[in-house]
Amino acid sequence: MSIASKRRSTPLVLISSVLVLAWIVVAAFPFLWTLWGSFKVQGDFFSKADWMNALWGTRTLIETGGTFTGAGYEGAWIEKEFWRAAMNTSIIVFFTVIISLTLGTLGGYALARSGYRYAFWLLMLALVFRAMPHITLVSGYLLPFFEWNLWGHIPTTIVVLVAINQPFTLWMLHSFFLNIPKDLDESAMVDGCTRFQAFRHVIVPVMWPGVITTGLFSFLLAYNDFTVTALLLNQENQTMIPKIASFLGSTQVEGNVMFAVAAVVSATAPLFVLILFFQRQIVSGLTAGAVKG
Amino acid sequence: MPHRTFFWFILPSALAMLLFIAFPLVSVILQSLHVEHEQILVTSENCGPFGCKQSTSVDVEATALLKDAAPLGRFNGLGTYFDRGHLATAEISAAWSGTDSWGGFFSKVMNLPFYKALAFTLAYTVVVTPLVILLGLAVALGVNGLPKLLKGPTIFISLLPMIVTPLIGSLILYWMIDADGILGKGLQYIFDDPALSLKASPLLTWLTLFTYGVWHGIPFAFVVFYAGLQTVPEETLEAAMVDGASRWERIRYVVIPYMGPLFVFVALIQLMDNFRVFEPIIGFSAQANASSLSTEIYGDLLGDNAQYASAAATSTLTVIGVAILLTPVLIRTWRDFNRKVV
Repeated sequence: MSIASKRRSTPLVLISSVLVLAWIVVAAFPFLWTLWGSFKVQGDFFSKADWMNALWGTRTLIETGGTFTGAGYEGAWIEKEFWRAAMNTSIIVFFTVIISLTLGTLGGYALARSGYRYAFWLLMLALVFRAMPHITLVSGYLLPFFEWNLWGHIPTTIVVLVAINQPFTLWMLHSFFLNIPKDLDESAMVDGCTRFQAFRHVIVPVMWPGVITTGLFSFLLAYNDFTVTALLLNQENQTMIPKIASFLGSTQVEGNVMFAVAAVVSATAPLFVLILFFQRQIVSGLTAGAVKG
Repeated sequence: MPHRTFFWFILPSALAMLLFIAFPLVSVILQSLHVEHEQILVTSENCGPFGCKQSTSVDVEATALLKDAAPLGRFNGLGTYFDRGHLATAEISAAWSGTDSWGGFFSKVMNLPFYKALAFTLAYTVVVTPLVILLGLAVALGVNGLPKLLKGPTIFISLLPMIVTPLIGSLILYWMIDADGILGKGLQYIFDDPALSLKASPLLTWLTLFTYGVWHGIPFAFVVFYAGLQTVPEETLEAAMVDGASRWERIRYVVIPYMGPLFVFVALIQLMDNFRVFEPIIGFSAQANASSLSTEIYGDLLGDNAQYASAAATSTLTVIGVAILLTPVLIRTWRDFNRKVV
């Protein structure tokens, strides 16, 4: 197509640029503002006098002697033991992702290679399960878990998160495996491999892009979860997100919202890094299910 | 693949889903049919110098024993479903016969917790889903026209509202709309009303939550539509141009029909996610003015005297809601699948 025919009229360019610009501001500003504000004192971040105080740190200068302060971070991480929550989150997220992917690759591979009707129905069932609000499942867990003394432990939560993750993982890996040509593993089987050997030696080496993308989403689900972790873990095993929610209950009384602000920024930082490095995979993952319909 | 191999491959995954998704659903239904035991009361007579007094007290030990023997509680049938906290049939019929105007009837119904939650959940789903699709498409079209160099950073920023934990995202916005926060102050300035607070009235709270929902949802729609735009065939666009179609007509008659399946996909995912709206209400501390089905369940489960039966009944009703929401999709897929087989 020639360049001239692609050129757009000036007002249209203007409108679409303004729209994109507006969206970028709306998407990014809250994060920048909160990051900046997390280094101020409460009197600046929630300024009664002048919102510009949050920019220059007027009260921060008066209260702490500098325009930036790490008091919020110190309070959250050390005084309120946010490090413990961060550690619990790491453990839970790590094992959830590993186990989800192991189960998911096996199941997704089977679903992609089976032409029978029940494979289709399993996928449909997974879709229905995917739609279940997590809180309804949690209300099913609580009573039995209390009865069997399973409540409050980290392993229980990992297993529950893995299970809740399965429908999505299965769908995604299933569509990735559909893209790997059938001939690959079938020729290995003609050469005398069993199905599992073919999977192990032929499919596993080529499946990593799909697995990594799926892993990212498993990570997000486990990391971002509030419903399951808030209700299934005891105080000592609490993860970051419920911990932040509990900050709100206790700190607003003490006038220390800044602990929560600092904790929020700390919990967002890993996600930032994640998008920075894996933007392409996230985009391809979001569209993988869609393009295939 | 032979059935046997398929079975072993799928077993771990299927087992996990069976144990932790299917069984909990059964457990929820069972719990919803039971209620807590009544406390066992003992009447004892205390005789003192001024005569005898009868006093009634709770026999804690016997109650605990009973609780241990049957942790589910006593069978209640569908009782919980029809009580005031859920379908509230008695209250509804009273409101129906007691009021003569629709307005009066609705305001009475809206005071019942279940209907209040249902109304918000449906309103949220119905308002947020189309807005997300529309604005997502608009942003996708806009970004598609950007110079190549700017596309990457734009997509990076665009992903943020979706990737960030919903609770954290809503907290960040909540602090900004605080009466002392930057957006709250800004709105007070714009409307010239120093007492303006987005947290005060139900309407404003609902609007705030809808705004959050759209903010959180746009990136997903945007990314899917943007990827779809890359696959629109150039030839068709050119052909339309040769036929004299304007830019808008090309979008309307070529791009949008081509992306039909993507709209269905985004709508489906958004419907499922919006129907379980939960974290924003917690993050915005909006339980007083807005409650969803999920927060109703959460409220019942929280605390020392959790009401499992009530939570379970709401859960079952929610699951029925999800089933109704999904039926058209399942029927459609079923038809497609049959067509493919034939």
